[in-house]
Amino acid sequence: MKPNDIINVSRMRPEKGKYVKPILKGLAFTLKNLFSKPVTLQYPTEKTERSDRWRGLHRLNRDEEGNLLCVACGLCAAICPSRAISIIPYEEEGGTRHPEKFVIDELRCIFCGFCQEVCPKGAISLTKVYDYVDYDRRNFIFDIEKLKNPEVFEFKGK
Amino acid sequence: MIDFFIIPVIKLIIIFGVCLTIVAWTTWAERKILGHIQIRLGPMRVGWHGLLQPIADGIKNFFKEDVIPDNADKAVFLIAPAISISVAIILLAVIPFGPPVSLFGKKITLWLSNPSIGILFILGLATLGSYGTILGGWSSGNKYGYMGGLRASAMILSYELSMAFAVISIIMMTGSFSLVDMVTAQHGLWNAVKQPLAFLVFLISGTAELNRTPFDMPEAESELCCGYNVEYSSMKFALFFLAEYTHMFVFASLVTTLFLGGWHGPFLPGIVWFFIKTFAVIFVCIWVRATVPRLRYDKVMKLEWKFLLPAALANVLVTGAVMAMMK
Repeated sequence: MKPNDIINVSRMRPEKGKYVKPILKGLAFTLKNLFSKPVTLQYPTEKTERSDRWRGLHRLNRDEEGNLLCVACGLCAAICPSRAISIIPYEEEGGTRHPEKFVIDELRCIFCGFCQEVCPKGAISLTKVYDYVDYDRRNFIFDIEKLKNPEVFEFKGK
Repeated sequence: MIDFFIIPVIKLIIIFGVCLTIVAWTTWAERKILGHIQIRLGPMRVGWHGLLQPIADGIKNFFKEDVIPDNADKAVFLIAPAISISVAIILLAVIPFGPPVSLFGKKITLWLSNPSIGILFILGLATLGSYGTILGGWSSGNKYGYMGGLRASAMILSYELSMAFAVISIIMMTGSFSLVDMVTAQHGLWNAVKQPLAFLVFLISGTAELNRTPFDMPEAESELCCGYNVEYSSMKFALFFLAEYTHMFVFASLVTTLFLGGWHGPFLPGIVWFFIKTFAVIFVCIWVRATVPRLRYDKVMKLEWKFLLPAALANVLVTGAVMAMMK
């Protein structure tokens, strides 16, 4: 930090014994603020723009026909630091593999994004949904059906 | 019968209802204005822009648990909020809201009563109202409350003086204690123009008497964590709260009556002018609250005894001298 970066607050204080002028200055300032646009966002209805790299709830991506891209290789489950992912694979005749069960415990998940990074098929990705709320912890254990469409769990108020 | 009973009762109900409604929505206005001054929105959820917030607050307070501390002096603890609110409401009785109007062929005055000692009545009762604060703080058996009560009594003792002296110069110029006479005397020029120093002193010491920031010594959230009403909950707290805002409304209408020409004004009917001016004073109160930080306790006393009181006294002397010379 350069010495110029340090702001001397004590110099910005009004001088001792001076009241009237600083008070008038303050009144003018607050009156100006009164007519400026408030910065408040009405949260559940208005939200800030989230970055494209935001890591929220998981989504299992699908191809054009609506089939899951996942081949149940288990890499995501292996790399997951918090062991939030568990997969039961099943193999069709001819060797195509699908997940029979694909469960993510969203309460265990630390949203590191490793699963998205490690996936060879691009089958799992993290959405921008960050405010899923519920009264029951069991509802945070997401199965395939929930993971197909995590956007519906975004909190939009009552 | 009609003149002595029915009309006063109707007026009483209307004044009580209208004024308390205004007071309730003053709390909304305060939160809203404070919010916008701090570049926030203030209450937004209950009704359009939070307009039903006072009702929601009332319901909430009503259903809260009513706690009486073990250490409290029960009787005094119970009676303190009652003193506060009743005194604040009684003050509304003598305020002239507008010029007399004729309705159904009858001349109706827009004030409940016009005692010949109106201003003394207000000064006396306003001081009595602080007993609610003092007793409430003292009886709750809490050190913060006790400190708040002590500070309230010190504030009242000192600021009452300069307030009274500011009013005395107005009384001297009007030659009457009646509030209605004071308003009629301001037909040409407002007292705020004739007596700027008294106006300023009255405004400052009035704010101090209301215990509002920058003089909120008895409650001082950051020092006494709410001071005199720290042990009060539920409706008893709501009564203190309501009393505070009723006092604010009374103070604003008093400033209007004494210094801003009461109901006098062009084009609009008198009562509208009265309320416009009253709301303007209330707005100034809120504006000052949003701007000026709380003074340190010794500085509050210094301001009163070393500045306001001498100024008010000098103002009385100069007013007297000028009046004697004019004769």
